[in-house]
Amino acid sequence: MQVNGEYKPLIVAFCCNWCSYAGADLAGNNRLAYPENVKIIKVPCSCRVNPMFILRAFQRGADGVIICGCHPGDCHYTSGNYYTRRRMSLLFSMLNFLGIEKERTRVEWVSAAEGAKFAATMNEFTEAVAALGENKRLEDLRCKR
Amino acid sequence: MQKITADMLIEKAVSLLEAGTISRVLGWKKGEFDYDVTPYVFADAESLKKDFVFDDFCGANFSKYLVAETRKAEGKVLVFLKPCDTYSFNQLLTEHRFDREAVYAVGIPCEGMADINKIKEITGDGISSLTSKGDKIVVDTIYDGEKEVDFASVLAERCVSCKSKKHVAYDELMGDEGDITDSARFDEVAQLEAMTEDERFAFWQSQLSKCIRCNACRDICPACTCEKCVFENPESPVENKAISDSFEEKMFHIIRAFHVAGRCTDCGECSRVCPQNIPLHLLNRKFIKDINSFYGEYQAGAEVGSRAPLVDYTTEDIEPGEAVMKGEGENA
Repeated sequence: MQVNGEYKPLIVAFCCNWCSYAGADLAGNNRLAYPENVKIIKVPCSCRVNPMFILRAFQRGADGVIICGCHPGDCHYTSGNYYTRRRMSLLFSMLNFLGIEKERTRVEWVSAAEGAKFAATMNEFTEAVAALGENKRLEDLRCKR
Repeated sequence: MQKITADMLIEKAVSLLEAGTISRVLGWKKGEFDYDVTPYVFADAESLKKDFVFDDFCGANFSKYLVAETRKAEGKVLVFLKPCDTYSFNQLLTEHRFDREAVYAVGIPCEGMADINKIKEITGDGISSLTSKGDKIVVDTIYDGEKEVDFASVLAERCVSCKSKKHVAYDELMGDEGDITDSARFDEVAQLEAMTEDERFAFWQSQLSKCIRCNACRDICPACTCEKCVFENPESPVENKAISDSFEEKMFHIIRAFHVAGRCTDCGECSRVCPQNIPLHLLNRKFIKDINSFYGEYQAGAEVGSRAPLVDYTTEDIEPGEAVMKGEGENA
């Protein structure tokens, strides 16, 4: 995404309400810095994330999409993140098959106690996406201002 | 050439009609040309004798038609199923899409179906008639007269890598029971996986940009049978036939393939009906290949009641990051 003529990666992070969002909160409470280009969208569970949401984010100008959920086995709804794991494995593999850079998509398990992991993950992911440059392969020109 | 002839099928259908076992027949009707055969519901012996055909161009998979047809009237519908159609038939039964009791399924052997586009590549346009003769097809064209093509060389892509000659569902079987074939159906997918990211992107960009969004791939897909769908809604903007941006066709095809992931039986109808000849089955096969390699071999429709991989899980499943590497052909 271009901001004042300069490229700044726009990262959309889907965070589950019970673990990862709380993890992000903890990162904030602990004054751990992570890039301001990360936009968090809170979802009830990581399995709420429809594959469509991810494509939609890319359409609207995201350069990277990351999905964060509870660790497998710790899902608030018992099994939601297991479904996420299967869906995202297939979807990301498909996106890679279509030639969309695999570094632009990621799934990370972050618990409510892992504020430091949340910040570190976001720093690392933003850096990786920044290195790739703008998302050209899944962009929708109609959505560019 | 097919081992079984239209006459044999008509005879079978007529005898079942007369016995009162069935009330109508779902079969192939001769179209305007020899190669455009249309699915049709025959209600009596006369219409069967007049219009029913079965030849090398009867590719249509009837399973999906049963969903609407079984609800229309009382009595059983006779349906002729080729081996690959029986997988879709089972898959639809698994999903409770039609009443098994309302159908009388007759399994028929299939020698593979011809692809008219491959024939046209050899003979050129202007085909006036097609006749099967042994392992040749005699093509009459209005420009150059008669020509002969090898049946094997014009076999549809999905039939070249046929996955099964075995019927997995039927009430009655005509001809011999075949076997599950050891096909090389994932070779093309593997070739694409072996390419670099840029090459893959260029390949799909060039293929998908041909899409005219006619929605034929969705309409024909036997795994795609929701009655309330955004594509059935004329008020919805996705009904727009024109593509205004390259993003849209990618999104459409990714989501179309994802919706049937784990339920696609690999019947290849999507590619058959595509007027732009986009190899859409490759997207579905990529999902099947990944499912096989991540979660163990799974063939949708092989048995009624099996649990599709995407509505199932184990605690030991592969992580998405590793999966992407494995999907690329690397052993993570």
